[in-house]
Amino acid sequence: MRTSKIALAIALAGVAAGVAAQKSATQAIDEYRAMLADGNPADLFEAKGESLWKQKRGPKSASLEACDLGKGPGVVKGAFVELPRYFADTGKVQDLETRLITCMERLQGFNAAEIAKTPFGKGEMANVTALATFVAAESKGLPFNLPQAHPQEKTFYEAGKRLFFMRGGTHDFSCATCHGEDGKRIRLQDLPNLTKNPGDGVGFAAWPAYRVSNGQMWSMQLRLNDCYRQQRFPYPEFGSDALTALSTYLGVNAKGAKSAAPAIKR
Amino acid sequence: MKKTHAKLAVCILAAAVAAGCAAVIGGPDADQVAADMVKTGFRSEGIAKIDRVTTIDETLKVCNAADVAGKPLEAALAKRIEEANLKSIKWPSDGKFLGDWKQGEQIAQSGRGQTWTDTAGSANGGNCYNCHQIAKEEISFGTIGPSLYNYGKIRGISDPNSAAAKPIVEYTWGKIWNAKAYNACSNMPRSGHMGNLNEQQVRHIMALLLDPASPVNK
Repeated sequence: MRTSKIALAIALAGVAAGVAAQKSATQAIDEYRAMLADGNPADLFEAKGESLWKQKRGPKSASLEACDLGKGPGVVKGAFVELPRYFADTGKVQDLETRLITCMERLQGFNAAEIAKTPFGKGEMANVTALATFVAAESKGLPFNLPQAHPQEKTFYEAGKRLFFMRGGTHDFSCATCHGEDGKRIRLQDLPNLTKNPGDGVGFAAWPAYRVSNGQMWSMQLRLNDCYRQQRFPYPEFGSDALTALSTYLGVNAKGAKSAAPAIKR
Repeated sequence: MKKTHAKLAVCILAAAVAAGCAAVIGGPDADQVAADMVKTGFRSEGIAKIDRVTTIDETLKVCNAADVAGKPLEAALAKRIEEANLKSIKWPSDGKFLGDWKQGEQIAQSGRGQTWTDTAGSANGGNCYNCHQIAKEEISFGTIGPSLYNYGKIRGISDPNSAAAKPIVEYTWGKIWNAKAYNACSNMPRSGHMGNLNEQQVRHIMALLLDPASPVNK
């Protein structure tokens, strides 16, 4: 059923010429996404994250229910759309994933540095992704509203802006090369303009997301990691200030846009 | 008066966290904070070494600063950058500009190479279709760059080896080799200059764009 519909769409796209053809193909992909969204496997990661949140784990055999994600200990709803933000107890601007690892270390006794070094999808890092999916899902539909009152939050925004426009690597690409203008595409993939507010559920407001193409749950850290890989940059360290600053820039720009995370991507 | 006080307080606070006051309002200190973040935030992995972001050339430095400021380069600076890039272009060693358009099409299709998951010495792609429309048959193309369909035909190239075709042929080679020679802050990679494509690969892409027999010019 699904296959025939896609085949038909592709066939139709093939018949029409020029720009019209690309629109049909883009529409076909949109339809494909809509069909997939019916049963987003991100739900499974969300459920796993929720049970991990409540479960007594780690050397200290504690749950994460006292974790402060910025809105007070244990408050999950609305936390995601205000991250990254400054945390007084660590003296740092943190994004969702690094904050979760701080809680895992302080409350449960895990080794934060060790988790940060664990590859995506493996061991405790896979748990961090599931936890991030759960926390993000609790803010679905809420508008982004990152705090910018603390000087460090402002500094991270400004530094993040510089990272966003930083050409480098063997291809001279920056984030802005692909995400600096409206209505651009790579191949058939539409690219949100992230220098301004891209709107509801797009760009920063769409991750974590489940990727159908490789059957993986992608956190924001992994999304940025793969952007940098494709930019031919060196490897961005998990939880680095550089990634947090970039996320701050994207998140502040997304102010008012409603979160769609966890989304589903082709 | 009150405002000044508040601003000063913010500056002192910011200085205390070693970010610096100017960083808050977007001055040169924010540049320093970002540069420090880049140094500690990336590591060499496989063939993708850290110097790819820590030792960028003047062209990229001035263009990045202009983008952050939201202003284009000053005309004189842009001209100087373009001239420097133009000088760096390596022209075909045997004077032969065009190769085989069929191989050019394959190179244009490939987006491979130079990432930390690629191995040294593997064949790089041109990444052309990621940003450009080229042959009409391929509907999966990007729009970051202009359409190159009918590239040679539109420019009246019926014989790429003729004297009349020379300016276009040379410009096209130069643009592929080092796009910044013609537009200082172009989004286009400097494919030859940065070692993404070798001389022979550039010849093949030249043929794809300029050979009257190429599907691009049909």
